[in-house]
Amino acid sequence: MSEKVLMKGNEAIGEAAVQAGCQCYFGYPITPQNELTAYMSKRMLEEGRVFIQSESEIAAINMCFGAAAVGVRTMTSSSGPGISLKQEGISYIAGAELPVFYANVMRGGPGLGNIAPSQADYFQCTRGGGHGDYRVIVYAPSDVQEQYDYTMLSFDIADKYRMPVMLATDGILGQMMEPLVLHKYKDPGDLPSKESWRLGDPATQEPIWITSVRLGDGELEEHNFKLQKKYEEIAEKEVRFEETALNDADIVIVAYGTSARVAKSVMEMALADGIKVGLLRPITLWPFPEKRIREIAEKVDNILTVEMSLGQMWEDVRLAACGACRVHLHGRTAGGVPEETAIVDQIKTILSSKGDEIIRNF
Amino acid sequence: MVSKIRCAGFGGQGIVLMGKLLAQAGMMQEKHTTFFPQYGAAMRGGTANCSVVVSDDAIASPMVEEPDVILIMNGPSLDKFESTVRAGGWIFYNTSLIDSEVKRGDVKVFKVAANDVAKEAGSTRSANMVMLGAFAEKVGAVSVEALLGSLDVMLKGKGDKIMSVNREAMKRGAALAK
Repeated sequence: MSEKVLMKGNEAIGEAAVQAGCQCYFGYPITPQNELTAYMSKRMLEEGRVFIQSESEIAAINMCFGAAAVGVRTMTSSSGPGISLKQEGISYIAGAELPVFYANVMRGGPGLGNIAPSQADYFQCTRGGGHGDYRVIVYAPSDVQEQYDYTMLSFDIADKYRMPVMLATDGILGQMMEPLVLHKYKDPGDLPSKESWRLGDPATQEPIWITSVRLGDGELEEHNFKLQKKYEEIAEKEVRFEETALNDADIVIVAYGTSARVAKSVMEMALADGIKVGLLRPITLWPFPEKRIREIAEKVDNILTVEMSLGQMWEDVRLAACGACRVHLHGRTAGGVPEETAIVDQIKTILSSKGDEIIRNF
Repeated sequence: MVSKIRCAGFGGQGIVLMGKLLAQAGMMQEKHTTFFPQYGAAMRGGTANCSVVVSDDAIASPMVEEPDVILIMNGPSLDKFESTVRAGGWIFYNTSLIDSEVKRGDVKVFKVAANDVAKEAGSTRSANMVMLGAFAEKVGAVSVEALLGSLDVMLKGKGDKIMSVNREAMKRGAALAK
């Protein structure tokens, strides 16, 4: 099966999850991800699997906790406000070391905000999101095909490392339609067995204690150091990014998701004016491609971060560049989408500026 | 070759379907294509619109700031989007519902009495198809044949009557532009 279809980004996430063997979907409606919940309500029933529209987001994430504890693939999805409500559960799931996939189709915030596309949950996505010393792996697709592909990968990676894995996308990528190749899920074949830790049949299996509470003297610290070791391995092995036209670039844009698509238009537009713009597109927001950004910062004079938030990823890019070059910001918020012409204008201003000046669009 | 198209009208005119048909037709012609709908609480009672990009190469941004073509189904949409079209671009508009003239002199204009032609084809509800047919024939970003083919995909299961009225409306729209 390699059928090409025109599909909405939200539905692509759902179909990929079905193909990857997701047995249980639990969700609560919120715009702009409703097509995903609607799609799952139909597809999961067709497949004879579990679909529950829960009474709340908190219920949905705790249902995921339960399903993951018995070793089946499970997911939930929401947008910013709903993901905020799920953070308690995600923290518990991280503490209990269970594999759960969740998608955040980001909208404008803070608060109830609006229903327009946004990347303003970057801090929340990349810092774990809930309480305690933990991380989640975050994939940031930039087209409908990647939403499909990285959803499939997320289930594998969640199982591999026994932890929550998130797809961070936005209202544009969720709502837009694009041709998509519906390839079949391929089991990587080397995922660890769940038998040793999952809850099984109480009649035949010895009791297993799945918990995030560790009250014994030093017990939690020991556990957290173990988690930390896992996160360090992930930071070593799982970083993903795409780079375009970095050689001889006059300036390099760092952007992900929808912003990276706009950046590609900027590259063409700037080249018509004789300006070479390179692009570094983080595909994993955590782990962040900090080593590569550091290398780039050593070579160029200017990096421009383009994001649909007000400097959230800019902080990570500045940390990675560590003063080796100037790091500028083009940020839009609350449904504002970066515009090519404004970015090209800002690039011209940057290239004609001198000294340590940092140029922002606001 | 890149074509950036915006379809606009009021809710119920089938604006989103117009966009989906254009994107589907582009895909069926082996082109790159994106469709993005504008919707939301703020749109209720106002204009509904969507943007489509059809391109021979990979599409960077699905957002359309400065369309090459706008397909306008009602008056408020013409007021809203007339100024956005790139110089030298096209404005197609529905003269069945719009009395005013295009003010700009630096764009090409094609007038389509979409509701009237659709009524002759069997239903005023197919005015959107008339507009699409005229656009495909005149501009050719996607072909009329591909659009007819995309109808089969998008309106699958809607019944022969609806399908034949829509096909007829699209063909009559194309005939207007020949």
